[in-house]
Amino acid sequence: MADNRPKKHQEDDAMNGSKLIVPKKPGLSRRKAIKLMGAGAAAGLAAGPGFVRYAQAQSSEPIRIGFQVHRTGIGAAYGRWYERTTTAAAALINEQGGINGRKVEIIAEDDGTDPGRGAEVVEKFATQHKCDVGFGTLFSHVVMGSAPRAGELKLPYYVVSEGHHVASTGLNRYTFQPGITDVKSQVIAMAPWIAKNVGKKVCMIYPDFAFGHDHRDYFSAAIKAQGGDVNALIPIPPTESSFTRYFPQIPADTEVIYHVMVGPAVLTFVKELGEHFGSSHPALFGFIDSLEAVDLKSPGLEFLEGSYLWEAYPRFAGASPKPHDTFYREKVGVDANGASVSDAADISTFSHMFGCWETLFILKRAMESAGYQGPADKAKLIEATEAMTSFAEGNEHPQGDKQFNGKIHQCFGHQNITQVKSGVAEVVYRTTIEEGLYEPEGDYTKMAL
Amino acid sequence: MFLHLAVIAALFLAQFAASEYIVLMLTRIMVLAIFAIGYNLLFGYTGLLSLGHAMFFATGLYAAALGTTLMGLTVPAAFAFAVLAGLAVSLVMGVITLRASGVAFMIVTLMFSQAAFLTVLYFGEYTRGDEGIVIPDTIRKFAFLGFDVDLANAVLRYNLALAFLGCAIAFSLLIVRSRIGHILIAIRENETRTSMLGYDVQRYKLAAFVMSGTLSAFSGACYALMFAYAGSTLASIQYSIHPLLWTLLGGASTVLGPVLGTGLMFVLVDLASSYTNANLLMIGVVLILLVLFFPKGILGTIRERYWKWLP
Amino acid sequence: MAAAVLALSALGLSLVFGVMRVVNVAHGEFFMLGAMLAWWTAKMVPGGPLAGFMAALVVAPAAVGFLAFLTERLLLRRIKYDPEATIVATIGLLFVIQQLALSLFGADAKPVAAPFTYRIAFPWFGYSGYKLFVVVASVFILVGVWWVLARTRYGLIMRVTQFDRETATAFGIPVNTVYSAVFVAGAALVAVAAVLIVPIQQAHYLMGLDPLLMSFIVVIIGGLGSIKGSVIAALIIGMADGIISVFFSPTLASIIATLAVALVLVVRPQGLFGVTAR
Repeated sequence: MADNRPKKHQEDDAMNGSKLIVPKKPGLSRRKAIKLMGAGAAAGLAAGPGFVRYAQAQSSEPIRIGFQVHRTGIGAAYGRWYERTTTAAAALINEQGGINGRKVEIIAEDDGTDPGRGAEVVEKFATQHKCDVGFGTLFSHVVMGSAPRAGELKLPYYVVSEGHHVASTGLNRYTFQPGITDVKSQVIAMAPWIAKNVGKKVCMIYPDFAFGHDHRDYFSAAIKAQGGDVNALIPIPPTESSFTRYFPQIPADTEVIYHVMVGPAVLTFVKELGEHFGSSHPALFGFIDSLEAVDLKSPGLEFLEGSYLWEAYPRFAGASPKPHDTFYREKVGVDANGASVSDAADISTFSHMFGCWETLFILKRAMESAGYQGPADKAKLIEATEAMTSFAEGNEHPQGDKQFNGKIHQCFGHQNITQVKSGVAEVVYRTTIEEGLYEPEGDYTKMAL
Repeated sequence: MFLHLAVIAALFLAQFAASEYIVLMLTRIMVLAIFAIGYNLLFGYTGLLSLGHAMFFATGLYAAALGTTLMGLTVPAAFAFAVLAGLAVSLVMGVITLRASGVAFMIVTLMFSQAAFLTVLYFGEYTRGDEGIVIPDTIRKFAFLGFDVDLANAVLRYNLALAFLGCAIAFSLLIVRSRIGHILIAIRENETRTSMLGYDVQRYKLAAFVMSGTLSAFSGACYALMFAYAGSTLASIQYSIHPLLWTLLGGASTVLGPVLGTGLMFVLVDLASSYTNANLLMIGVVLILLVLFFPKGILGTIRERYWKWLP
Repeated sequence: MAAAVLALSALGLSLVFGVMRVVNVAHGEFFMLGAMLAWWTAKMVPGGPLAGFMAALVVAPAAVGFLAFLTERLLLRRIKYDPEATIVATIGLLFVIQQLALSLFGADAKPVAAPFTYRIAFPWFGYSGYKLFVVVASVFILVGVWWVLARTRYGLIMRVTQFDRETATAFGIPVNTVYSAVFVAGAALVAVAAVLIVPIQQAHYLMGLDPLLMSFIVVIIGGLGSIKGSVIAALIIGMADGIISVFFSPTLASIIATLAVALVLVVRPQGLFGVTAR
């Protein structure tokens, strides 16, 4: 290809590794477009405009972390706490001298918990704010909508979502989830304990969309592997606000009800379940996702007494918390009950937001081992992240130690099963990391950078 | 005509002058402006206010996304498939919904769109419901008429979007200036009279509905293929209200109004998001102010006061 | 149960459409606001859930009614109750109210304690006593509204206005005042519904869409503007929904129900029980 464009553009293309189309004969769109605009389009394609070179970051400039936050929309309750945790972690990193001697600056933009706007926000981080990385997305659909844009714009993108999307290797080389275990691993890790201690005949109640389907598929397989059985599947459409009429579908021989409802209607769900069963009911096992940001002592939740919950990071510190747990709570501003220190009624999303904290410290470590100086070192940053294998428990990883699989860009940690006793969830079992491991489904490191 | 060419020329030149971010944003605006242009054919020129255009957008979106990922279609074939799907869906929907009129039409379209949204969730096995589908880069690289095209390339994508937008504007102009366009406007102004003049009103309304739905589906296909994602959020009620808002803002029943409205609303939301999170508030306030003070939108008001010739 | 809630939340919409011939898309947001205010009042008023509940029954309809009054005066009257412009304007209002609720009350789901808890135990399953109370209260309110419309002078005035605006004006009926009153009453009714329902559900700033769609369905099936039709439709839908969902997957049931409603509106725009709209 005879590229007679200005040298700068050629360099930019080389740097971005992008392939322009190769015009073998003139005139791409020969139809109406040409009639309307002359041969302009084809000329424009060859000329390759639009690329403005990244300003070479000075070493005194801060490292800019684009934080995609759900301030509005369905994820707003989580977004608020993600933001608090992120701010606290960034402040701590800066106190400790920043990353490679540079301060960290968090640039937060609301994505409305909308995949369309999320993609735009990623574009804005990469090209307008000139961020070094994108970070912090929770809701899976926003991750899915944004990740392709991050991949194209070659913006390293660290999500905190617990979805299986990253580990499925269906995204791209630039998208990571190093700070929180994915749902497939969570579910696999807990199935053995449930089968052994709670019951083998499981009735699953889950939202009828991707998040619920992940639970359905992974848990059904995992419980069967334990000699258990899912005796009924009750999918609930996302538009539902009352659940009473679904409960008669729960078979009488059910030993465990496994529920993973999410969204604003979950309290109703638990209350109505309580009204349906009264005091004699099958054992309950639920994901804390249903009750994040909700007080376990809320009216109507008495029914949860004695039931089991999955928690990534137990909300209640318990009688003898570890020093790094106390340290983390203090820095974020959360008390031993997982509520805000300034308002005891303001409950945090404790089992998810630690992911923001840990991801930022992982980013720091990756940038330091890559000797990261600016966007020109992006490839080195990606490779340094992929090269990591484990994270040790401590102030930087208060939830616990983790393994990281660089091939699938996903970390694996311990899961906690807690039981509600007088409105307080106490840990009854902590899974090992090995219980949550599964065969990798692909390999990101084979993709081009 | 000259004005429209000038707008397209300006958009073409913009890529040389504007920052990378503006170029990316303009790409998105141009793709969605096609949606608004489609919407305007029905709302602006024919006077039928649909609250369900998300279903057509989603038709194109999913036809393209599922066509490429599940059915193994190439990108050009997926575009064709999406247009056909849009044609089919809007034809069926048109035949049914056009039996209603006025407020009933609005609610019926809203209902069908909601059913379409739930259908996307129901077939979650294929659509991955709310989480959605990512179209892999390998599919988005293809050979077409002897060219190697890579939709991940920002420059190519910009000019492709511009070319598509140009076609949409030309198509819209063509319709508006044709006999069909005059009859559609006549229907908007006085349906009974038009009918008494011997025109088959129902048939013309259906034609407008199908053109509108198909353009919307085309825009959806562009969105899926260019930005590599399809998810149920893009089929929700919110995305039925967007084209209404854009069209009202720019000026209903002007050819360029929807384009202007789309661009303006994007810029507004983008600027505001640096200062406040009150995006919803802004959309709401803009809608209310438009209805109260500028029911004809920006270009509509300009046409009324200054440029009487504006199509 | 579902039927009572439906009828109650659809009542206001039906009333407003019946008399004013406009569709208020922000109806669901009035519902949400009522629920939010119930939570807020319950938090502010000391003396337990019952006192909070009673206070909310006053505060929520009053506040929502006032907002509706402003809406009617500043918005609907200025666009002359044009049906399509009203829909667009109330969509705008919907966003504004959602944002205000988010900014003022936050994004968390807010539980409200029921004024009393009593679980009625059957041998197979249990039922909440409060829910039964909601059903009874709904019936009272529906009968009350019906009585006002059918038996009092106010009802007569409303019916005349509904029948024909110009005739009403000719008879010296202050049509504008009637419109105001009806719009406020519609909003206040849905706020009361929200206060009753929120202990069963909980308040959340995005909760308005669901009751709105359901209300649409009820009002359409019942015949736009016919209160009797709305009640019958609510009963049918409340039960049919449960029955359909036994046979089909719930999401499919929702799809079928939505399509059925759309088709009813296409085939019989006046609804199943309505009279032909003028």
